[in-house]
Amino acid sequence: PHLKASNSLSHSLQAKMSRPVQARRLEGIDKNIWVEFVKLAATYSKVNLGQGFPDFPAPEFLTEAFSRALGGGNHMLHQYTRAFGHPPLVKVLAQFFEKLLGRDLDPMTNVMVTVGAYQALFCCFQALVDEGDEVIIIEPFFDCYEPMVKMAGGTPVFVPLRPNPPKDGKLMSSADWQLDPAELASKFSERTKAIVLNSPNNPLGKVFSREELGLIAELCVKHDVLCISDEVYEWLVYDGKQHVRIASLQGMWDRTVIIGSAGKTFSATGWKVGWVVGPDRLLKHLRTVHQNSVYHCATIAQEAVAQGFQRELMLYGKPESYFVQLPKELQQKRDWLVQSLDGVGMKPIIPEGTYFLVADISQFSESPAV
Amino acid sequence: MFLASRNFCCRGIRTCQLRTGLLSRSIKHSTSATMPFRHKNTRRIEGLDSNVWVEFTKVAADPSIVNLGQGLPDISPPSYVKEELAKAAAVDRLNQYTRGFGHPSLVKALSQVYEKVCGRKIDPLTDILVTVGAYGSLFSTIQALIEEGDEVIIIEPFYDCYEPMVKMAGAKPVFIPLRCKNDGNAASSADWVLDPAELANKFNSKTKAIILNTPHNPIGKVFTREELQVIADLCIKHDTLCISDEVYEWLVYKGNKHIKIAMLPGMWERTVTIGSAGKTYSVTGWKLGWSIGPEYLIKHLQVVHQNTLYTCPTPLQEALAQAFWTDFRRMDDPDCYFYSLSRELESKRDRMAQLLKEAGLKPVIPDGGYFMIVDVSTLNVDLSDTDEKQPYDYKFIKWMIASKKLSAIPLSAFCGPETKKQFEKYIRFCFIKKDSTLDAAEVILKNWNKQTG
Repeated sequence: PHLKASNSLSHSLQAKMSRPVQARRLEGIDKNIWVEFVKLAATYSKVNLGQGFPDFPAPEFLTEAFSRALGGGNHMLHQYTRAFGHPPLVKVLAQFFEKLLGRDLDPMTNVMVTVGAYQALFCCFQALVDEGDEVIIIEPFFDCYEPMVKMAGGTPVFVPLRPNPPKDGKLMSSADWQLDPAELASKFSERTKAIVLNSPNNPLGKVFSREELGLIAELCVKHDVLCISDEVYEWLVYDGKQHVRIASLQGMWDRTVIIGSAGKTFSATGWKVGWVVGPDRLLKHLRTVHQNSVYHCATIAQEAVAQGFQRELMLYGKPESYFVQLPKELQQKRDWLVQSLDGVGMKPIIPEGTYFLVADISQFSESPAV
Repeated sequence: MFLASRNFCCRGIRTCQLRTGLLSRSIKHSTSATMPFRHKNTRRIEGLDSNVWVEFTKVAADPSIVNLGQGLPDISPPSYVKEELAKAAAVDRLNQYTRGFGHPSLVKALSQVYEKVCGRKIDPLTDILVTVGAYGSLFSTIQALIEEGDEVIIIEPFYDCYEPMVKMAGAKPVFIPLRCKNDGNAASSADWVLDPAELANKFNSKTKAIILNTPHNPIGKVFTREELQVIADLCIKHDTLCISDEVYEWLVYKGNKHIKIAMLPGMWERTVTIGSAGKTYSVTGWKLGWSIGPEYLIKHLQVVHQNTLYTCPTPLQEALAQAFWTDFRRMDDPDCYFYSLSRELESKRDRMAQLLKEAGLKPVIPDGGYFMIVDVSTLNVDLSDTDEKQPYDYKFIKWMIASKKLSAIPLSAFCGPETKKQFEKYIRFCFIKKDSTLDAAEVILKNWNKQTG
């Protein structure tokens, strides 16, 4: 290719930029486990129990709601809706969470719809975490928390759940994995901006008890720290356990952002509809991030999810409720998988919630059969 | 008690944040209700909370108002596009996660379409990122490639999000206005031009990128090859990136051709080109867009994407892919939607222009896009008694909504602080509207002079 003669800097016509091109905020966050493992699974595996999504269909009432929205003749559903959330969806979410939290919620200011819970997390960190802030992350954690904190210029401070295996040699439950209260307290400093809570926890399946949440809440109030509460698996709780929402604890509503997911709630991960619920004084900052990053979420999926929630609102607590049926069905699958893994010598940790379980392969990988 | 938060910000050194934690030390156990709340917004979003759309979409939501403001079609998307979505949603696995950087069939379709347009090979996996609307592409590009210390050149008037996105990335927007060639008598969008010397002056060693929007929103200008060459020469000379927002790429009217700056010599390697399903297929509510460029740039956008929302919705991407295949197959055919939509809009454009002229307004006829700006100063509407400190065009529109039941968007919303005076006599109308909407607008415009204020 001929060189441009018009300037003394003579760049080759096909030259890339000669100076560093990417922003420093991307430092150290380029690797991603899913990019690697999804590819591997697609290439090699016969049975993929890796990435977290159902291989059974989303419930009929939900897909029918989508078809109805499409077939209904309202072609404006193909155009922009309200940026902070499609009105029917934020309204029904407000109604639902009013029940669950026992407080009045304004759909316009206490709820925002996001592109999956993933984008809700992103909005939280970008809106609330500044350079130099520390964010406590409980290990093991959903992988994106760490790079998102870093991208916001924050410093992740880790505190592990520690296993306390039962003395009788029985299989561990996710309940046997606990935070050490003193260790947790030591992680809070003057620079601590927030703690990320994920209950039910991915990957362990731990469902934090009221007492455990109380401990975290006390520390948040004492140190004036925010709580980013990732509750995407809120309906997937087994053995009659109860999902307790930390925002309902004393002193917590005003400092907590609750994150939810239609993908997990309604087994439709590909729709990428999530939400945040919280006080206006926190959500207004998330709205600012949202309006300067994606601005709107796709309309039609929001319309269908709204109808899904309307159905669930009517059936709340009843046996036909999807929120009752899905955990029932998944509990059986859990038990089946636990049995299979136990049978081959892997040591599964029985999850109290979510649709993941962690298995100890340390002895399995040493066994001669492998 | 005031809780101060001081930041020591030094280039190249990690910033530290000192909180004078007087409050947390002296009041240990108060409930959150009585404790002053130290948590405010992060610095990156300081001052970015207001937004012209939040203000004007609310005002125009009244159904009795003929809304020619926000840029969304009230015409239906083509049936085959809607059908593809219905088909996609009926396939179980298409309701679950797809590939993060873009659904395989969609990036494949995009690569085929754009290979044909560009005449160069485009790798669907490395040269393309699918995002939540072109908005998401702008965000990913800016977050990936722009940071504190950088300057980004923005041509005024500009789609309003460029400025806050550049600021959110910590960089400094540097504005340069399009200027009216014929001393204020702009009959066509082509009369609005950049002054090459003025443009050259805006480039310096800190300039990281220039944002180009062609066809242009709001003016509708379609940059010519010569105009693009001026920009390209400067980008190459100063080793600058070009972020090319081409969402209206198919909407160019007779006598005009959309030219991709990335195809100019030396530009592919430094350009990210952005497109939009919403604008291509009249489905703004699908919120799908894409960034296309060289792998070494796109890979950084992909990193941003995997740390912001990870994947875009699957059924919408599948439906879009199928729509693209349909039109790819007929790209040499005038029935291709890319061209038929453009023809449909050209007649709406002409009708809109005629109506505005008859009402005594001075429209600037756009060569592309689906917006038209109008000089309203010719009407001499006296709004000096409204004591708001807003620019004239904001006041005019509020008056127009109240008294004429017609809405538009003020042009000063699309300008930097220095040029608001230059643009405040213009308002923007959107004409991708069905006939009945334009009929309603016609009634208002024909009766404009019959009413008093």
